[in-house]
Amino acid sequence: MTTSRQTDVVARFSRRHRLHPLEALPWLLIVVSFFLFPDYLALGAQILATTLFGLSVDLVLGYAGIVTLGHAAFFGMGAYTAGYLAAHGVGAPVVGMIAAMAMAGAVGFLSGLIILRAQGLSILMLTLVVCVMLQEAANKATSITGGADGLQGMEVAPVLDLFRFDLYGKTAYWYAAIVLFLGWLVARTLVHSPFGRSLTGIRENVARMRAIGTPVFGRLLTIYTISAAMAGAAGALIAETTQLVALNAISVDLSGVILVMVIFGGVGRLYGAFVGVPLYMIAQDRFSEIDPTYWYFWIGLLLVIVVMFARGGVLGLMELLWQRLPRRRDR
Amino acid sequence: MDSALSAAISIAFHGTAFAMVLYLVSVGLSVTMGLMGFVNLAHGVFAVAGGYFMTTLIFGLGIPFYLAVPLAVLAVALLSVPLERFLYRPLYGASDLDQVLMTMGLVFMSVAVGKYFWGPTAQPFYPPTALSGQLEFGLRSFPAYRSFLIGSGAVLVTLLWLGLDRTRFGAQIRAAVDNRRMAQSVGINTSRLFTLAFALGSALAALGGSLGAEIMAISPSYALDHLVYFLIVVAVGGLGTIRGPFVAALLLGVSDTAFKYLLPEFGAFFIYALTMAVLLWRPRGLFGQA
Repeated sequence: MTTSRQTDVVARFSRRHRLHPLEALPWLLIVVSFFLFPDYLALGAQILATTLFGLSVDLVLGYAGIVTLGHAAFFGMGAYTAGYLAAHGVGAPVVGMIAAMAMAGAVGFLSGLIILRAQGLSILMLTLVVCVMLQEAANKATSITGGADGLQGMEVAPVLDLFRFDLYGKTAYWYAAIVLFLGWLVARTLVHSPFGRSLTGIRENVARMRAIGTPVFGRLLTIYTISAAMAGAAGALIAETTQLVALNAISVDLSGVILVMVIFGGVGRLYGAFVGVPLYMIAQDRFSEIDPTYWYFWIGLLLVIVVMFARGGVLGLMELLWQRLPRRRDR
Repeated sequence: MDSALSAAISIAFHGTAFAMVLYLVSVGLSVTMGLMGFVNLAHGVFAVAGGYFMTTLIFGLGIPFYLAVPLAVLAVALLSVPLERFLYRPLYGASDLDQVLMTMGLVFMSVAVGKYFWGPTAQPFYPPTALSGQLEFGLRSFPAYRSFLIGSGAVLVTLLWLGLDRTRFGAQIRAAVDNRRMAQSVGINTSRLFTLAFALGSALAALGGSLGAEIMAISPSYALDHLVYFLIVVAVGGLGTIRGPFVAALLLGVSDTAFKYLLPEFGAFFIYALTMAVLLWRPRGLFGQA
């Protein structure tokens, strides 16, 4: 009896990280969208890049439980790094991307080294302060960043010297899709690894994880650095595909909005960003013709409703529905 | 030498006026965060609401400034009660994340509501005639309205501190901040106390928002633009105290004015760096209890 239950548990655990057929759905949709909506590929590339950013937020927020109000610091760091390189003769997108990841990761590591020792409200404050500090630096260092006017004069070379960024956004779309896929592979491997499980443990009960000997700070610093590098990659994607970097890439507003998108999708589920980011950005694209300000009213209202009544976001609601279904069949 | 002295006096004066506004707006936030443990990003909404109500009362209905400010403050205090009951209360025990998100939703909504009813631009503000112009102090003259800000701020701060130290309500708040369960078990109605404290904090924010409209202009994105400064005052000052934020507001107000005057090319960069240093040195703020 016990042995069969044990094997059952072991089997269930090993099944956890096996690919579920449903996990192919986002990639299928991404490919199909390319052919279905050829007029919206530029928006599509932005959605894909922002999804990567959302994924990086989900790693720290959903898995490690670090509430961050400043993740745009890393996104912006990546965007400015890629943008600066492209404006100064290093136009190869992949080189820009790697440099952006290195810079954002370095900033993530250094700031994480300082702020991850704090807890609760002060960690939230510190992430916020890091972000506004970098934004103010970008605002004032006009010779490097262009300040409030934004970084200008980016010349992005073809991807791998083969695929030129075209007017319709085809190259941008595929480039973003591939980078997102790689990011997803990394994230998925991470969260199902023992390392990822220990993060969840830290999120749920720090004291107990400390007691069983988990190096909590080291684990948090590792995921924070990885997530920062991923956010930097997302920033580089946006910079290279739109050939523009402005101050709002590094703002607290963006840090808040990306949080909102991930929450709408469902946090700590790896696919929250894949649901929330496209929903948010497509709706915003449609509604912004009416008036972008009123858009904020509805987003705010939706946010309040989600927190009060639908804590798991869209994916949480779907899971709830899914759990209800078989029970009806049993009856 | 004389110019350096006059610059120092000018920085101290304008910095103190700014600090008074910052303190009035933020002190309620310190109480909410300290008392209820609630991460309230929407506190600036009450300040901007006070400012908007005041301008509507003055320019829309022709009510004089001295009456319009108390009316606006009262309106915000009354409005804050149902908000506390229905939106804040269910989340008292919730995670930081839920509180952050809910209040961020309120901030987003306030941006849209402000723009819908009052337009996208900043509201004009004219001090009443008795408070406009300059005041002569010895050899120097100071803007009258800012002198009034400093004076009324000082009076309010004294009243607030006396109130918290000497009244029964103040004692109850202090008891609940220190140990909520204990306060409850000796018969303090903490639920009513929370509502009252919340309303008082919102009223003070509305007062700061309306009186300070000359320094921090009332515009739709007010609650978002100044959020970082309000949070800095509270986090640096220490949660649950009302003296700590005063010191923090003075530090922030004066150093912000000084940096922007002396080193404009760095903007607020050093302010943020200093905040970070303080928070690392004392994670619970300068006057927070360990």
